[in-house]
Amino acid sequence: MKEPELREIILDALQELAPEADLNQLSPDEDLRKALDIDSFDFLNVLIALHETLGIDIPESDYGKLNTLSGMLGYLSERLHR
Amino acid sequence: MAEFRMPSLGADMKKGTLVEWKVQAGDRVKRGDIIAEVETEKGIIEIEVFMDGVVEKFLAEPGDEVPVGEVIAMIRTDEEAGTEPAASAPESAEPPERQKPRPPPPETEKRLKVSPAARKKSAELGLDLTGVHGSGPDGAIRLEDVQTAAAAEEAPKKRPARQTGTETADFQAGMRRAIAKAMSRSNRDIPHYYLETRIDMSRAMKWMGEENQRRSVRDRLLSVVLLLKATALALTEVPALNGFWIEDRHQPSQTVHVGFAIALRQGGLIAPAIHDTDRKTLDELMADVKDLIARTRAGKLKSSEITDATATLTNLGDLGVETSYGLIYPPQVALVSFGRIMDQPWVENAMIGIRPVLSATLSGDHRATDGRTGARFLNALNLYLQEAEKL
Repeated sequence: MKEPELREIILDALQELAPEADLNQLSPDEDLRKALDIDSFDFLNVLIALHETLGIDIPESDYGKLNTLSGMLGYLSERLHR
Repeated sequence: MAEFRMPSLGADMKKGTLVEWKVQAGDRVKRGDIIAEVETEKGIIEIEVFMDGVVEKFLAEPGDEVPVGEVIAMIRTDEEAGTEPAASAPESAEPPERQKPRPPPPETEKRLKVSPAARKKSAELGLDLTGVHGSGPDGAIRLEDVQTAAAAEEAPKKRPARQTGTETADFQAGMRRAIAKAMSRSNRDIPHYYLETRIDMSRAMKWMGEENQRRSVRDRLLSVVLLLKATALALTEVPALNGFWIEDRHQPSQTVHVGFAIALRQGGLIAPAIHDTDRKTLDELMADVKDLIARTRAGKLKSSEITDATATLTNLGDLGVETSYGLIYPPQVALVSFGRIMDQPWVENAMIGIRPVLSATLSGDHRATDGRTGARFLNALNLYLQEAEKL
């Protein structure tokens, strides 16, 4: 999977939870929870959506690597290509 | 015949707008069924019926703005049907509310069974009896049926027409007003006392971490459900904090329905009840909270969820708040606030270490309980959270 495609999948999952957010404004290293005002339930729902689309089950110990858009991209592409 | 009234969905609700009937006249309903949708300052609420029976007729139409307490439907309850079996037969044949008053064909008039008092009253009121459902033997029309039908004819005319589409801005303004009323009342009427304690969450977090390691991302637990369950169990041990202060009297509740404060993305908040919180498993609570958040944000709550909470839990920890001192939602008598679980220095057995620590605050209504009761609650809460595996 190419990066732009993965990026779209992540953005789709985020948009689902924050319909009013303009994700074009989201900078890659911004803290997603703060930028999009998402709580732990929202965050878990993002991970569930990614799990369903990509088939990757993200262990809780890796949550810290997923706090930003660039973090998510890096982590997920590594898991996909491992 | 039971009167189904516009329910009060919160201490400060004055009226609601009927959006839609979800049943038809003649339909059989049972306790807990959704009978209608009503638009309130808290969004569109699904109204549940609280009796078993058959819907007789509607006294309000979609679009009507109806004051709280006004009769909006008549329901023939099963007890009545049992005592008067003959009367229950004709009702599904023709929904009474569909019939508009019209000049009666003479032959129909002859077949109607009408009690003398009912006939006299209908003549006084100029009421056409063909559309009136009889609740007496063989469908005979009795005085009360005439009165009910007359009220039904009268009621809708008095109401203003439906206000066209509620804009988001209107909705938000309405919700702010509802919150303003409830919180002003809380601050004015409830003498709050506040107790705060710090809870060592290392055992609970360790247990949950191990549990989540075994689980797929779909089935994982979040710490807030541990807090929910521990709160509910602590309330069962200190029942004085679970319930209401109504009419100058403390009225503890037998059941524990913790209200879970949910912030809406566009602003405002609602704290719908999680029914029987103390008796649900952590997995059930997880599913309930997910469902409740989705429905709260979509504006699809049930009336019982709006009205049944016996105490409220609020958690601002996700936003980094360490401690909060919340206002009690009247007529409840307690609110429990949780902050963020943070690594902090902790002393135990004369050893200093770093532990994940949670601040828990109880806001208590000093009319109903005293600080000692609140302290017992926080102690119980702490003990439950030290044994998360038993929650």
